[in-house]
Amino acid sequence: MSLLKVDHLAVEFQTPDAAVRAVNGVSFELEEGSTLGIVGESGSGKSQSVLAMLGLLARNGRASGTALYQGENLLTMPPKALNRIRGNRLSMIFQDPMTSLNPYLTIERQMTEVLELHKNMTRRAAKKRAIGMLEAVRIPEAAHRIDQYPHELSGGMRQRVMIAMALLCEPQVLFADEPTTALDVTVQAQILQLLRNLQHDFGTAIVLITHDLGVVAGLCEKVMVMYGGRVMEHCSAADLFARPSHPYTIGLLRALPRLDEEGAALRGIPGNPPNMAHPPAGCPFQERCVDANAQCAERMPALDPLNGDATWLRACHRPVEQMKSLHEEPSHV
Amino acid sequence: MSEQTILSVRDVQVHFKVKAKSRLPWAPPRTLKAVDGVSFDLRAGETLGVVGESGCGKSTLSRAILNLIPATQGEIVWMGETLSTASPRAWHDVRRDIQMIFQDPLASLDPRMTVGQIIAEPLREHRRGMSKEETTQRVRAMMAKVGLREQMINRYAHEFSGGQCQRIGIARALVVEPKLVVCDEPVSALDVSIQAQIVNLLKSLQAEMGLALIFIAHDLAVVKHISDRVMVMYLGHVMELAGKDALYAGPRHPYTRALLSAVPVPDPAVERAKVVQILSGDIPSPIDPPSGCVFHTRCPIAQPRCATEVPSLRAVSDHAAAACHFA
Repeated sequence: MSLLKVDHLAVEFQTPDAAVRAVNGVSFELEEGSTLGIVGESGSGKSQSVLAMLGLLARNGRASGTALYQGENLLTMPPKALNRIRGNRLSMIFQDPMTSLNPYLTIERQMTEVLELHKNMTRRAAKKRAIGMLEAVRIPEAAHRIDQYPHELSGGMRQRVMIAMALLCEPQVLFADEPTTALDVTVQAQILQLLRNLQHDFGTAIVLITHDLGVVAGLCEKVMVMYGGRVMEHCSAADLFARPSHPYTIGLLRALPRLDEEGAALRGIPGNPPNMAHPPAGCPFQERCVDANAQCAERMPALDPLNGDATWLRACHRPVEQMKSLHEEPSHV
Repeated sequence: MSEQTILSVRDVQVHFKVKAKSRLPWAPPRTLKAVDGVSFDLRAGETLGVVGESGCGKSTLSRAILNLIPATQGEIVWMGETLSTASPRAWHDVRRDIQMIFQDPLASLDPRMTVGQIIAEPLREHRRGMSKEETTQRVRAMMAKVGLREQMINRYAHEFSGGQCQRIGIARALVVEPKLVVCDEPVSALDVSIQAQIVNLLKSLQAEMGLALIFIAHDLAVVKHISDRVMVMYLGHVMELAGKDALYAGPRHPYTRALLSAVPVPDPAVERAKVVQILSGDIPSPIDPPSGCVFHTRCPIAQPRCATEVPSLRAVSDHAAAACHFA
């Protein structure tokens, strides 16, 4: 049985202008100890899908569908029951390490609280455990650092504190929302190395939300590409990078500046992301897609297995062999 | 690209006085060395990429060139004229010739002005005699060049997406036909598909108008795509200054090597096989920088000599200069 089974997850926000559908029909399964990358541009709904599962949506947001964790639906769970799982079995690392730590509390207070709440530990035992975890994420002089406030630490160190805090209860699933986006590349390399080691040591399943395909390539086994609240392609990382089958994935890979390739000009995807308050009918990517035809404007293609392969899902009306985006070069914009 | 040097930066320092961490109010202030002795030349039509981690002084350097933050020492020579002694009148012309594009596309546009007003503002200042009709015509032409539709001229900045706002910022910078544009992280706030649009736009406008660019970024892959030469900074010092091909094919400075190895490559086979040179620890404080070579505290090949002797930026090949005793 899979650890987490998400089915037709949708998130809708009520705004004064209109109801905004940020996530639309997202389904996936997560096995124990596996890594899933969720890739997409800002506004693609990748963060909101995860926040919905953890009951962390903004007040005007409402989630529908199901997200089964060990047979229980996280979306309809009463807050009390959810609180027993959150931060304990399922934990999360946020993008901005400064605003997600409490500036008024020392690192010690913020970390021991988790253990006192979930594990009924004494403050003293919790502190010992917290120091051990800070050492595991390689914070130098952990015993001294733990008494400091967040502002006394550098950005990379704060992110390591966040990771240590998320791992305190040895969660089964770690949701990491752009954990390295605010960091410099050298620090990013440290954090990614750390996540790899931790997964190896603790067997934690990781859901990594990112816009950086390079980070996905280094860490994830499976990848889900999202656009306009929908899943466009969902397959193994090896397949995605070697043989992308969706026009959007292809566009994304071509737009990416790479260090390991010479001379190839960048090709942006023309146009702008859709306004989610007034999404186009049919496929959200149609306006920017070189492969779009009349069918695309009418209805959203289903997320179907590619060539009968159930591990490779794609949502596109056009068969892969007829795709223009594979051969033709989109115009320079 | 011509051989004419348009901008010459000579040993520029930008130091800030910061309050001492002492409780005693009479404790002498301490010095934060944001930029500490940077020199380079820029030729007409050339793109110089400036890379480094946060706090390396790349943004401060760009502001020092425009005197938005005055350099505490050193000389900046623009088209043969030393800027520190230039008259306010001469500065006025310099500010027309050197324009800037900022990181946050929305925050750098006035929310109470329409797109037309934003793009026309530099013209009103630098082409005082220009008639209203001609100004509007110029603005429209510029909008077409950066890929904005003419009907958008009366809209406000908040009505646009990040990529479109950056196009407005580019139009505003280029409407007075500058010779140099300083771009401070112009694409780092944008999504990948939009980022590629803006990089391509900058490249084509550069070719069309013969602009020189100083392109500041922390993304080494983006810098590779747009630059002719690349300058790598660390703690206010230049670590390496080299032609693009030389730098990316064979980095000479250990810091450049560590930076390049840390960039994730979007190919699982390559990414998982490669050896990342992980730098230990954090970047030291620029208030109390390490003695000798500023990088020696994190350098994998540091020797005792590095802690005492400051390496100068010296030519290590035809196209590369590095500040390392062992380059």
